[in-house]
Amino acid sequence: MDADKASLPFHNLQELRNSASLVTKVFIQRDYSDGTVCRFLTKFPSELDNRIERTLLEETVKTLNSYYVEAEKIGGQSYMEGCLACATAYFIFLCMETRYEKVLKKISCYIQEQNQKIYAPRGLLLTDPIERGMRVVSFAHLLQSF
Amino acid sequence: MSAVMITRKVRKWEKLPGKNTFCCDGRVMMARQKGVFYLTLFLIVGTCSLFFAFECPYLAVHLSPAIPVFAVLLFLFVMAMLLRTSFSDPGVLPRALQEEATFIEMEIEAANGNVPAGQRPPPRIRNVQINNQIVKLKYCYTCKIFRPPRASHCSICDNCVDRFDHHCPWVGNCVGKRNYRYFYLFTMSLSLLTIYIFTFNIVHVVMRSVDKGFLNTLKETPGTVLEVLVCFFTLWSVVGLTGFHTYLISLNQTTNEDIKGSWSGKNRVQNPYSHKNIIKNCCEVLCGPTYPSVLDRRGLMHEDSSVPAASATCTSTTTTTSSSCSSSSTNPVPQTTKPTAPLIPNEHTPDDAKPSIAASAERSPSPKEEHPPASKVPPLASPETDAETSLAKDKTH
Repeated sequence: MDADKASLPFHNLQELRNSASLVTKVFIQRDYSDGTVCRFLTKFPSELDNRIERTLLEETVKTLNSYYVEAEKIGGQSYMEGCLACATAYFIFLCMETRYEKVLKKISCYIQEQNQKIYAPRGLLLTDPIERGMRVVSFAHLLQSF
Repeated sequence: MSAVMITRKVRKWEKLPGKNTFCCDGRVMMARQKGVFYLTLFLIVGTCSLFFAFECPYLAVHLSPAIPVFAVLLFLFVMAMLLRTSFSDPGVLPRALQEEATFIEMEIEAANGNVPAGQRPPPRIRNVQINNQIVKLKYCYTCKIFRPPRASHCSICDNCVDRFDHHCPWVGNCVGKRNYRYFYLFTMSLSLLTIYIFTFNIVHVVMRSVDKGFLNTLKETPGTVLEVLVCFFTLWSVVGLTGFHTYLISLNQTTNEDIKGSWSGKNRVQNPYSHKNIIKNCCEVLCGPTYPSVLDRRGLMHEDSSVPAASATCTSTTTTTSSSCSSSSTNPVPQTTKPTAPLIPNEHTPDDAKPSIAASAERSPSPKEEHPPASKVPPLASPETDAETSLAKDKTH
């Protein structure tokens, strides 16, 4: 009896592992045509053909791209931030958030909101690119249930 | 009797692949070999201490108190830049997780088509067009990713680093996208500090020799000789290095690209990242945005390990009697009073313990979720099958 009870957690783990193998991931890669700035390809992956409308996904990726452009913009504000930080030997970053970090927070809120409104109802999950080293935007979806 | 799954929370840095060392619970990240870094620290701190001890009192009185004040500020700036360069993440790209690696493998297979048996598969290269120039992205067999443009794999740290410049043993870390400006400011401020100390040493010796004679001066302030020696040799190397990096910044090139000659020569691609304007290039490198680290070092993750409950129950009785249990509350396997080898069932093992021992033995070598072993990757992913990549590796490492 004890053996049966103890083997239960083991079986649950197996089930989790089984379900994990049924989660397939689709990756949208980086678009390097503009150089090393962070941009993702807006090309629609064929694996998601029946799962979501093209326009919705393209809209999400375009919005993400615009956020990254805002974060990496080299202009007056970034110069000010750079010079001020240099003058304080970068100690100012102990109390101040960089512009990039502020935009990353906005991105994470946006992704959460998109997941709740658009992707979760369609059985998809969008992961934040920062969790994948800014290399890919990944969509996880469960195949037909077991 | 039964197997107990123990989950304990660990910080992600403890499980990161690569040859880095971490301190302060993942806040500090350096290369493994730190000997030369300690030498750098010793030289800077030592020379400045001698300067403050021997020259500054005299110069403050006879010339101006601003001299030691400025020296202190410069010294603090140099140290701040050095520590910032050494301790920060240079821009390490995390390795691809299993699904991403498999996805990329499938894409490569689809792109290559069917390779006849016995023939070497074509090199793993992706061409991208950047500013109307074709740039080749190479596949990293260690990290299982196509390296972004300007990224390179550091063999010393065993990581792909974004905008890889070089691995600097003097700072004990790679120099890459995130810490290049701190490195440049370090070399520049160190040049200034060296010139400053050297100049005021000479001034001090001259001023004192006028009063007391040259030999007496050296007897009174023996540190001066040492300082002059260190500064003289440092000047040539550090000032030269600063000049070299100023040149690279004005062209928006990395040391790695310069050494490999990526953008030089007629038949080669021109640098697609340069704005063709020195000021714009400098501004981008030095005043560009401060990139965040994409390597999550301090995040928490679960580490699963299973322990046969038989040993757990045996040891729990010993620990209730002995008070030497030093384990955390999440770990029910405390230290035993005698060393125990893994339990191997034999004729003396109680019958109900045997299945759990077998189950735990089966499960313990299983890979952890986050970092599956390399053997799971399809056999195509082998550096030896790709001559071009291995040649390129030799050149970079």
